[in-house]
Amino acid sequence: MSRRLPHGGDLVDRDRPVTVLVDGDPVAAYAGDTLASALLAAGRRQVAAGTYTGRPRGVVGLGAEEPNAFVQVVSGPGEPMVRATELEVHDGLAVQRLAGRGRLPLGEDDTRYDHRWTHAEVLVVGGGAAGVDAALEAARDGGRVVLADDQVSLGGWSVGALGPDLDEQVARLETLPNVRVLPRTTVVGLYDHGQAVAVERRTDHRPDAPAHVARRRLWHVRAAEVVVATGAHERPLVFPDNDRPGVVLAGAAAQYVRRFGVLPGERAVVWTAHDGGLRAALDLAAAGVELVAVLDVRDEVAPGLAAELATHGVTVRTGAEVRGTDAGPDGALARVHVRHDGTIVTHDVDLLAVSGGLNPAVMLFSQAGGRTRWSDDVAGFVPDVPPPDAAHPVRVVGAAAGGLRDDELPPAAWFVGDVDSQEAERVFLDPQRDATLADLRRAHGAGLTSVEHVKRYTTIGTAADQGRGFGVLTVGVLAQVLARPVGEVGTTTYRPPYAPVSFALLAGRDRDALSDPVRVTAIHDRHVADGVPFEDVGQWRRPWYVPHQGEDLAASVRRECAAVRTGVGMMDASTLGKIVCRGADVGRFLDRVYTGLFSTLKVGSIRYGVMCGPDGMVVDDGTVARIGEDEWLVTTTTGNAAAVLDSLEEWAMTEWPELDVAFTSVTDQWAVVAVAGPRSRDVLAALAPDLDVSNEAFGFMQWRDAVVGTLPARVMRISFSGELAYEIDVPAWYGAALWDAVRRAGEPFGITAYGTETMHVLRAEKGFPIVGQDTDGTVTPGDLGMGWAISPRKVREGADFVGARSLQRADAVRPDRRQLVGLVPTDGSSAIVEGAQLVAAGADLTDLPVPMLGHVTSAYDSVTVGSPFALALLESGRTRHGEELDAVDSLVPVRVRVVDPVPYDPEGARRDG
Amino acid sequence: MRTSERLPEHPEFLWQDREPRGAYDVVVVGGGGHGLATAYYLARHHGITNVAVLEKGWLAGGNMARNTTIIRSNYLWDESAGIYEHSLRLWEGLEDELETPVLFSQRGVLNLAHSLGDVRESRRRVNANQLNGIDAQWLDAAEVGKLVPILDVTDRPRHRVLGATYQPRAGIAKHDYVAWGFARAAHALGVDIVQNCVVEDFETDGDVVTAIRTSRGRIACGTLALAAAGHSAVLAERLGVRLPVQSHPLQALVSELLEPVLDTVVMSNAVHVYVSQAHKGELVMGAGVDPYVGYGQRGSIHVVEEQMAAAVELFPVFARAHVLRTWAGIVDVTPDASPVVGHLPPYANAFVNCGWGTGGFKATPGLGAVYADTIAHGRPHPLAEPFALDRFRTGRLIDEHGAAAVAH
Amino acid sequence: MMSLPCPHCGPRDETEFGYGGQAGVAYPARPGDLDDRAWAEYLFVRDNPRGWSTERWVHRAGCRQWFVLRRHTVTHEIESPA
Repeated sequence: MSRRLPHGGDLVDRDRPVTVLVDGDPVAAYAGDTLASALLAAGRRQVAAGTYTGRPRGVVGLGAEEPNAFVQVVSGPGEPMVRATELEVHDGLAVQRLAGRGRLPLGEDDTRYDHRWTHAEVLVVGGGAAGVDAALEAARDGGRVVLADDQVSLGGWSVGALGPDLDEQVARLETLPNVRVLPRTTVVGLYDHGQAVAVERRTDHRPDAPAHVARRRLWHVRAAEVVVATGAHERPLVFPDNDRPGVVLAGAAAQYVRRFGVLPGERAVVWTAHDGGLRAALDLAAAGVELVAVLDVRDEVAPGLAAELATHGVTVRTGAEVRGTDAGPDGALARVHVRHDGTIVTHDVDLLAVSGGLNPAVMLFSQAGGRTRWSDDVAGFVPDVPPPDAAHPVRVVGAAAGGLRDDELPPAAWFVGDVDSQEAERVFLDPQRDATLADLRRAHGAGLTSVEHVKRYTTIGTAADQGRGFGVLTVGVLAQVLARPVGEVGTTTYRPPYAPVSFALLAGRDRDALSDPVRVTAIHDRHVADGVPFEDVGQWRRPWYVPHQGEDLAASVRRECAAVRTGVGMMDASTLGKIVCRGADVGRFLDRVYTGLFSTLKVGSIRYGVMCGPDGMVVDDGTVARIGEDEWLVTTTTGNAAAVLDSLEEWAMTEWPELDVAFTSVTDQWAVVAVAGPRSRDVLAALAPDLDVSNEAFGFMQWRDAVVGTLPARVMRISFSGELAYEIDVPAWYGAALWDAVRRAGEPFGITAYGTETMHVLRAEKGFPIVGQDTDGTVTPGDLGMGWAISPRKVREGADFVGARSLQRADAVRPDRRQLVGLVPTDGSSAIVEGAQLVAAGADLTDLPVPMLGHVTSAYDSVTVGSPFALALLESGRTRHGEELDAVDSLVPVRVRVVDPVPYDPEGARRDG
Repeated sequence: MRTSERLPEHPEFLWQDREPRGAYDVVVVGGGGHGLATAYYLARHHGITNVAVLEKGWLAGGNMARNTTIIRSNYLWDESAGIYEHSLRLWEGLEDELETPVLFSQRGVLNLAHSLGDVRESRRRVNANQLNGIDAQWLDAAEVGKLVPILDVTDRPRHRVLGATYQPRAGIAKHDYVAWGFARAAHALGVDIVQNCVVEDFETDGDVVTAIRTSRGRIACGTLALAAAGHSAVLAERLGVRLPVQSHPLQALVSELLEPVLDTVVMSNAVHVYVSQAHKGELVMGAGVDPYVGYGQRGSIHVVEEQMAAAVELFPVFARAHVLRTWAGIVDVTPDASPVVGHLPPYANAFVNCGWGTGGFKATPGLGAVYADTIAHGRPHPLAEPFALDRFRTGRLIDEHGAAAVAH
Repeated sequence: MMSLPCPHCGPRDETEFGYGGQAGVAYPARPGDLDDRAWAEYLFVRDNPRGWSTERWVHRAGCRQWFVLRRHTVTHEIESPA
């Protein structure tokens, strides 16, 4: 049964028929239809069901105010809960009807979503008459104007009604070079400082669009001024059984006729509170709808309109009301009960067109921080106090500002009837949520008076339409129930987004590899070619271990460790943070930010340093090399490089601006290869024949410039393994060449590449803590046994450094602080697990809670120690050497003995080779 | 068209708003979850019923109305585990206690680990939890995938899932039901609930707070108990005390109702995603805390964008879900990410409770009971003792940033 | 997304900046002279205004300079730097 009129409907293209599938059934439509208009044209009245009751529901509105008609799109990438009134039809579109709840499609969504940014002097939201007017005005002086409109073409719903003037204005606007018109674009949020965010629908209506075109685009517009011209949303009146398919907003019904050439019904009752509704009745009558009754809640109506309606044989019954409806066998509207002059009359109809007035669309204004007030004239909430940030004005114009035509102004009319009636549970205030007047009364009875409480108690306004259709109506009814003025009851807060936005669109292109940058070193390709497994450290990707064929982590690490301890190994150490400090006062500055003394460091020398926060807790460590009188190189841990640079600059700029210091991050400018092991000197000698590598000429903690292979390099003699070791730094673009050169030169010595795991084992065997692994922000230098790193001279002279004062607090000097210790299993073989908690030996693990004394921070199977070996933070740890404890992981204890945290070469004999 | 189950109905009667009287034994400032629970336990456990709860707006309209309702107790340090586990046990009996549904659903909480460092710290926390008698387990990636099939535990995501800590007894509840349940029960025991009552100033006599000046008149108090989250700092300042609390926006959002896809709470601190599917079917998600002090209760879009990018990485099926509503709660955080509970020195009869950061909701019953006990006896409850204000002077912090750095 | 006025680079998106908290809290000249309470005050206690806030920001992804601005913590109004 087609309800398509033989002609009319400027939005549809009758030359382009389209078929869509609804629950598998083909529905004929035209290009330009929305799914809602197509369904109405096909006479498919039930388009949804109540979330809980399953009561049949139909199309009520025209656009964003639609509360019922949400469908599941099952064609294309699929999408849950799409509003049928905003879904453009196209061939191949397939949907399923829903009961207020969508389904997440399980397949991949590989369509593209992107983000764009733009700036404008003026952003106009809404392309109706008021918006077009505002855009033309704004464009006059040449400033950049963006006009975003959620419809397919500009003009809003007044196209045609306002005649050729508007058409001409639209045409002019579209030719202006300084105006960007974005149709099919919904502004969903107004944020701080003139930022607007808008969703542009780019390909849904053109299934032939190439795959590289983003399906949707999220615009970020930064505008000096925002003009909100979003119009007004029609609202219904409520009555018992007001939720049946066939109960349609009167203005929307008339627009379906005019814009889509669709009759939403054949026999109708129209019930309205304002002249706009009567005008809609005229439109319906003119299109051939049989009007069996036109009712108006007002006691009087304009004689002109009444006379016009009379020409269609209809008398306007004032003071009349709808008292209820009945459904036919299909669950849709079949009868309307009307009370007029004290009697109830029943009409057989398939359409009940209602209009209770218009709600100015103040959502964006309200989101931006504007305050609204109740207007008796408009019978709605209108903009009152503008958003507080006057530097970024938000101006509301047209119907959104309450600028309604006189004949659209209704008296405040909500529920016409007895709020206490038994029928209240069939008076739907939020049809999608199946929330009723009875729920609202119950909320009131429970003691609730705040509209926010009532909303939460009843769930009214929380459905996918966020109360756009019925929200103000509910406030009105609540005011009725509370017997308070509407303005006093107020509205709930409007939150972004104005319309639902998909997660994928918000994510944009930040998916997969682009979701977070991966940082790789200049030598990375070599590691990839070697097939090494990587470890993520912050954003860096570092070689974890370097297995020979068939080796697992443990076997590889054993081999790598042995190579460094007995021969020579090489690793890519490029990720360590590197900061160049320049200026006459760098030494003094470093004395203040490190615990140690640096101003005495000689050019050519290197010193280890520990950095604390003002709270005295260790935040980073690394080496400092003095490159020249006024140039120093600070290294940081891999993960902390940015934070340390930030912190150095902050101290220098905000606290000690009198110091001559400046900082440059050079982490990415240098590639670094560490060469470690007793044979490392041989490798370096082979690589740099001109460099005197003897211990006398190139001592521990010194650096030298050298030519390594053919590369200009800086060689540092530092060791994180306890072995004789060097770090060779070259400009990053030589990284791979350096790697190759070291590997070639090392070959005769059996050089072995190793990764972070081996590095960790080797340093643990020397008791070198890793900040962030063996510390957690609660550990002082003293706890790490690094009291030696606090300059005695600074202490003696009372010189301050960051954190010094905190280290004198009561808690920092407690003897029972957790201190770094070593652990070995008493049986010499049981593995100790990182993260295991330490408890008294033999503690009953079933008698909870079990007091914990500390935890294992690092644990490895150490060939060098000859057994598993762990580092741990342990209460009073330094006084417990020799004691036995249980290290508990997953409630399984391993008996361990507390040992010195430096099990290997404690006297440091090996560092000179 | 498949219909959904309705949630249990709210009680027929909740509470009646009162005109404030001139004096109370205890005045609780702040009508959020904590203030209401405190008033309830004062009456229920200690027989102190001459109590007013003053709320500046509508009851439980602050963070109670804006949080993501995650409840868990798997905190690292003994002190935190103590109070949160106490709270979790009360949650487990809360429906019986309050005789109203609170929709506490023990669906389990996963905290994902994405790096070897995360794994290490996760295991540390699980072991600490187990020895503290808290149900906690370490799950490897395959086990996580079995528990949450829509979570991508393959090598594909930028931040791969290496495993997770799992607390089966953890879960979610429905915040309005909780707040109103406490309000109803407190009201029934004689507590006065006073809404739209703004505290403007205090009257003191030496080290005693004698009265509170409000927008609805002067109210004398035997004891003053602040429970106003970040606003506690503003109030304490009126009493000449500066609290180490900063208020930050924390964004959250919900999707439309969706058929069930997720029956576990999943949290990833590394990429700032916290998600559960609430009882009705909406996805409820929280993001990271904005770095600056702010009281604006609306979100900033870039935070939501980052959060969605991370969420879709972990849960590819979320791509087509829609954000229906975003907002920001205001979390009050302390330097060590642990709360301040106890005396408000130098006042003998004033107490403070604030600084819960993202932990406030889950602590509601536990804090209420502990704070009420502290107020009733004029000395800190043993579980509150470590959270005294004085720890910032001594340095004995309870640092829940580092190792257990899991917000919410 | 706020737009913050970097005094050197002009208005830029909030994501380019780092927040430094309350302005005007100087590092004590002689921390050793402070008692524990005063030191704790310096370390941990900052204003938490609901309203105008004078605070430090750094243009981290830009010129990396620190600067002070006044921002309203509720409305996010920015008072242009003098």
